[in-house]
Amino acid sequence: MSTDVSRGSRARHDAEPARRTPAPPAGDLIDSPRFQEAVKVALANQQQRANLRHATTTIRGKRARVVAELDNWQELRQAGEQIKTRVGRHMPDYLLQFEENFTKAGGVLHWARDAEEANRIVIDLVRQTGEDELVKVKSMVTQEIDMNEALEAAGIAAWETDLAELIVQLGHDRPSHILVPAIHRNRAEVREIFLEEMGRYGTPAPEGLDDEPAHLAAAARTHLRNKFMRAKVSTSGANFLVAETGSLVVVESEGNGRMCLTLPQTLISVVGIEKLVPTFDDLEVFLQLLPRSSTGERMNPYTSVWTGVTPGDGPQAIHLVLVDNGRTKALADPIGRAALRCIRCSACLNICPVYERAGGHAYGSVYPGPIGAILNPQLRGTASEVDRSLPFASSLCGACNEVCPVRIPISDLLVHERHKVVEAKKADPPHIPHTAEPQLIKAASWVMADHKHLEWAGLGTMMGSVVLGKMLGIEKFGAMPAPLSRWTSARDVPMLPEQTFRRWWKQNRGDQK
Amino acid sequence: MTATITRKGLKVALFATCANDLMFPQSPIATVELLERLGCRVEFPEEQTCCGQIFTNTGYYDEAMGSVKNYLKAFEKYEFIVGPSGSCVGSVRHQHEMLARRDAGDAIGDRVAAVAARTYDISEFIVDVLGITDVGAYFPHRVTYHPSCHSVRVAKVGDKPLQLLKAVRGITVLDLPNSEQCCGMGGTFSLKNPDMSMAMAGDKARNVASTGAEYLVAGDNLCLLNISGVLNRTRAGIKPIHLVEILARTEGGN
Repeated sequence: MSTDVSRGSRARHDAEPARRTPAPPAGDLIDSPRFQEAVKVALANQQQRANLRHATTTIRGKRARVVAELDNWQELRQAGEQIKTRVGRHMPDYLLQFEENFTKAGGVLHWARDAEEANRIVIDLVRQTGEDELVKVKSMVTQEIDMNEALEAAGIAAWETDLAELIVQLGHDRPSHILVPAIHRNRAEVREIFLEEMGRYGTPAPEGLDDEPAHLAAAARTHLRNKFMRAKVSTSGANFLVAETGSLVVVESEGNGRMCLTLPQTLISVVGIEKLVPTFDDLEVFLQLLPRSSTGERMNPYTSVWTGVTPGDGPQAIHLVLVDNGRTKALADPIGRAALRCIRCSACLNICPVYERAGGHAYGSVYPGPIGAILNPQLRGTASEVDRSLPFASSLCGACNEVCPVRIPISDLLVHERHKVVEAKKADPPHIPHTAEPQLIKAASWVMADHKHLEWAGLGTMMGSVVLGKMLGIEKFGAMPAPLSRWTSARDVPMLPEQTFRRWWKQNRGDQK
Repeated sequence: MTATITRKGLKVALFATCANDLMFPQSPIATVELLERLGCRVEFPEEQTCCGQIFTNTGYYDEAMGSVKNYLKAFEKYEFIVGPSGSCVGSVRHQHEMLARRDAGDAIGDRVAAVAARTYDISEFIVDVLGITDVGAYFPHRVTYHPSCHSVRVAKVGDKPLQLLKAVRGITVLDLPNSEQCCGMGGTFSLKNPDMSMAMAGDKARNVASTGAEYLVAGDNLCLLNISGVLNRTRAGIKPIHLVEILARTEGGN
């Protein structure tokens, strides 16, 4: 993986000398292959699987330990659910209340319908400062709207300052996890990326850098220091917007966020409208739920709260771009809207057996894992192949439901999104390829609607199996041709028994009643 | 806990489930024999077919309605409906009402919800309704138990299957590493995402083999089909068995 990446990046350096920041992989995420195709590549990457297995197992254990410490964990989850549900129900009121208080405190609010509008606003705001670079606090929504590339195209360099985001950016890569974007990398790979790339974009990695985590972190710190000291503009997301006070809240682990939020003159925050909470007191719930669910810590190391402009202290120009980008559409779906409760903790990714083996890139989205599988089809729709495949990227095991701090019934929403994909398929739009599935399901539905149909179908299948078994002299089915090979290429299947339960009942208990 | 004695002669409708009916008849047969041994009167409403989750979970809500209505017709007159599958019972309890209200309105939805609430996985019925954990079974073997995802997270049977299993005479129950992780079956998931499903089944099979058990036990035969399919291909020599088939065995019996 790492050699592929560095090869690719070298080629790109030659082809595009004009870029300011490292180029991400070519192509749009939305054009990603279907999940089940992408998974084949991911499963064949043993390095990534080992990295993910180790990282998710560790973080799952940490989460379980700190959650078990709280007697009222289930009550906290309920509170989190109810507060977020209330926000969804009264979204317009809370947005207006927030706008009023944020503006009163000296902030400037900008409304953005979609990614394009949000990016245009940010570009204009940066240009007004006369600057051509900025430092970034880690933010999912800026990934969602692909802000870095929009800025790059406008001649503005956006530097990631979160350690893992820096690894991803320098590695010409994409994030593969909400909280730990470089979770698919191990320290040997990180060292190679730092040695190869840091010098091209600023302070180089120290000579003789080894892969000790502390040394890698020190190299990142040195590399970023210059950028922090130089930056006049920063961008951030926010974990929470408090309607009652007009405050923004960012929780983080490294302190890079605090640097970005305090040093520059101009701070531009880009935030999804669902990040609202009604009151400051509500933070009491979420500042317990979030760190325990995401990093497995009782409390995150840095919590920054800011309310407008404070003269002589911190940024003197405070902007907020409030982004819809599909959220009101999701809100209009009475079942699907539960996904908007998400506080981006990643607990569902870390517990998911599919994510653990697939990694984040297979989801073709900045939101991977179970939450991505329900959020993307809502935010982006189901016009693309990858978005249509995501609701099916789950065995519906339900492990995610149990860890979600705001009790999103993720597997129910997956089924709900599957239903929407099927309805779209039935409506027969020309962009969806035809398959035999709807007809097969219809036939099976007919069989199951009446026990007589089931008996005939069962008898036929059973006789086929028994006759075939006798003819071939076998006691189980081994490899079979497609599409059954999807099952039998790795598993044996027993022959059907010679007698159904129904027949047994008739023969042994049939004279009852 | 309800005293056993008051429950003697209880009338129970068996929900065999379609997969068990056609592919694993030994499990509903064992369910009948076990319930009769525990003093119940078992009936098998022959109108029954399937819980419909293969349709529901693939996104075909309309197509699931035949199964939902059929379930109502077959079981509405019973007070206790018992099936040897956490997954099918879970689907009835968790999905039928939603499907019925959506398709047929609240009058049918209320009736469907009421029947669903009277539907039990065999382990719940024995422990909660009959109030028994020691069913008098005998099974002198080393086993390991896979708590199927839907039995734990949809039907929410908790540790009832393990309570029943541990009370079996002669048995050794070995801990299964990573037991709570899905085996990768997931109904049509195994066909729609075959590579991922195999990777999950492979890991589960390795964990099962690491226990040194002779038997792999679960409350859902389709999970057993998935895991034992891999175990069998690798000649691991570990046999799949449904929980109820162990509970049905007595010393000197069959």
